Amino acid sequence: MTALVFYVFAALTVASGAMVVTARNPVHSVLFLILTFFNVAGLFVLLGAEFVAMIMVIVYVGAVAVLFLFVVMMLDIHAVTLRQGVLKLFPVGSVVGLVLFAELTLVFGAWAWDPNFAQIASSPIPPVSELTNTEALGVVLYTKYVYLFQLSGIVLLVGMVGSIMLTHRLRQGVKRQNPLEQATRPIEECIEVKKVATGKGI
Amino acid sequence: MATDIPNLFPALPEIFLALVAMALLMLGVFRKAESTRLVGHLGAAALVAAGALALAFGGLRTVTFGGLYITDAFAVFAKVLVFGASAVTLVLAVKWLEQENVQRYEYPILVLFAALGMGAMVSANDFLSLYVALETQSLSLYLIAAYQRDTVRSTEAGLKYFVLGALASGLFLYGASLIYGFAGSTNFDVLARGFVAGEPVSAGVVVGLVFIVCALAFKCSAVPFHMWTPDVYEGAPTPVTAFFSVAPKAAAIALFLRVMIAPFGDLLAQWQQVVVVIAVLSMLVGGLAAIVQTNIKRLMAYSSIGHVGYALIGLAVGTEEGVSAVLIYLSVYLFMNVGTFAAILSMRANGRMVEGVADLAGLSKTRPVMAAAVATMMFSMAGIPPFAGFFGKFFVFKAAVDAGLIGLAVVGVLTSVVAAFYYLRIVKVLYFDDPADQFEPMPPQAQLVLGITSVAVVVFFLFPLPQVVVAAGNAARALFGA
Repeated sequence: MTALVFYVFAALTVASGAMVVTARNPVHSVLFLILTFFNVAGLFVLLGAEFVAMIMVIVYVGAVAVLFLFVVMMLDIHAVTLRQGVLKLFPVGSVVGLVLFAELTLVFGAWAWDPNFAQIASSPIPPVSELTNTEALGVVLYTKYVYLFQLSGIVLLVGMVGSIMLTHRLRQGVKRQNPLEQATRPIEECIEVKKVATGKGI
Repeated sequence: MATDIPNLFPALPEIFLALVAMALLMLGVFRKAESTRLVGHLGAAALVAAGALALAFGGLRTVTFGGLYITDAFAVFAKVLVFGASAVTLVLAVKWLEQENVQRYEYPILVLFAALGMGAMVSANDFLSLYVALETQSLSLYLIAAYQRDTVRSTEAGLKYFVLGALASGLFLYGASLIYGFAGSTNFDVLARGFVAGEPVSAGVVVGLVFIVCALAFKCSAVPFHMWTPDVYEGAPTPVTAFFSVAPKAAAIALFLRVMIAPFGDLLAQWQQVVVVIAVLSMLVGGLAAIVQTNIKRLMAYSSIGHVGYALIGLAVGTEEGVSAVLIYLSVYLFMNVGTFAAILSMRANGRMVEGVADLAGLSKTRPVMAAAVATMMFSMAGIPPFAGFFGKFFVFKAAVDAGLIGLAVVGVLTSVVAAFYYLRIVKVLYFDDPADQFEPMPPQAQLVLGITSVAVVVFFLFPLPQVVVAAGNAARALFGA
């Protein structure tokens, strides 16, 4: 059963990955990218890494892909013109790909696993039955690494203050809607009752 | 799962600064633009208070947050310098921003965050906390370099600093990950236990160490990683340049000392030549390239590169005496640079800022007191006794000679002579050239700062020097006692 689910997710990941590169419309590419991210998240759940799966969905789908979508829609990219040189570049690209593939094969072929690998890899983490991934991360993040956590928060705050400082402008003469002011306006200021004589204008 | 709350007292200065910065941010947001002066002065007061907190709570060596954070006499010494320099330059900056009519309350907030990052940097006891602290500081600095977003020069300075700074951060991370991979820890105490002087170390650790030296050399703008300094110093608004040339520089050099001595002290043989080369190149470039500068901010940039070279002599020595000499040098350097920049910030003629060396011409006739103070600073920077700069150089060279690095000391003395040429050229411009346009009167803040620092520089050997020597000695001992 797990194997079947794995193959479904894996096949969909590869297929939508291929569609990201080949789709004619860049917006479709981004949508396929989102599908890829969802399938990868599914693969992580199968591995028992539910935290990474959640981060994948929240960060990559929720933020990165939406950002891509904005960029693609704003920049008005013509995928067809971008792809004009593909055939010319194809041999070079495939050579690079083959080299990378060969390197990866060599790495895995020559990899010497420590005999105690499984034990070492799991030693700092309590068993899954006692503590989920998310809890285990939270326990160290908010205790052992609380200093780093808070300091990273400050880095983000500085980033926020800075981006506002560098881009925010107070424009003069902009008409702003103030709902409170509108709602509390006395009736005399808004409506004027006029007597209109028959057959005449105001 | 119950866990003990970590001991927060050692980190009190940083916690205090973070809280004050956030409170002032709120104050600024609700009071809008006119709150710059209030936020700036409260921020400066907070920096002084943070320095006092560091002095009050940081004397003994304490490690907290699970080994990530350390406070000792060395950290306290560096923090007092950094917070003090930040406070003085912040007060000068607020006045300048008002004169130029570019006040925004974010400026003091970012200075506070930068100071917070610098405090955390000199108190880092682990590559993780070091990196996060470094980024807190650097990010704030990139932003204030680009503070005047409507001028091309300021945005260019910010962008250049950001791109090159990000590169240096990358180098640092790569080095730290190599060391983690080959030595098995990122904690300074654990690393220090793992290395024994004289025993061979794995090549991975040495390569990682070289990457880290490069990144730290970039942060304190030592040659050959100095390319950003003149452009950023020239392009950034002048009060930002004043701040850059003191607080981040002192913090970066203190960090350099901590990283080289605390975990890698026993690997002196591995990193000594690298630091010697960096020091020699910095002194040469700082001395020779400054000769042709006509912009006073660029000139100060090269001057600061030269000073970093002299300070690094003390690190290259790698002894307790050397570290103590670097700390004395830094204290002297801060006094001289704060004073000089108080004068540069007051170079206003005909309603606008001027920054050419030629604009100082004949200042002795138009503003004799200011000219005398600037001349004092220049004599001190050149290292002429009995001014403070002489003692800074004296201790560094003495440490080098005592440790047998006589060649390094000779290069130092020779480049001091070269550097003396361009410092004395400024004195000549001040006293013997035909007067240029008269400067507007100095603002009272700048008068006060320039007055205090120039008196301090003259009588340095009487008043702060003996105390600084004792404190620097304690700080150096704390660094080696670990």
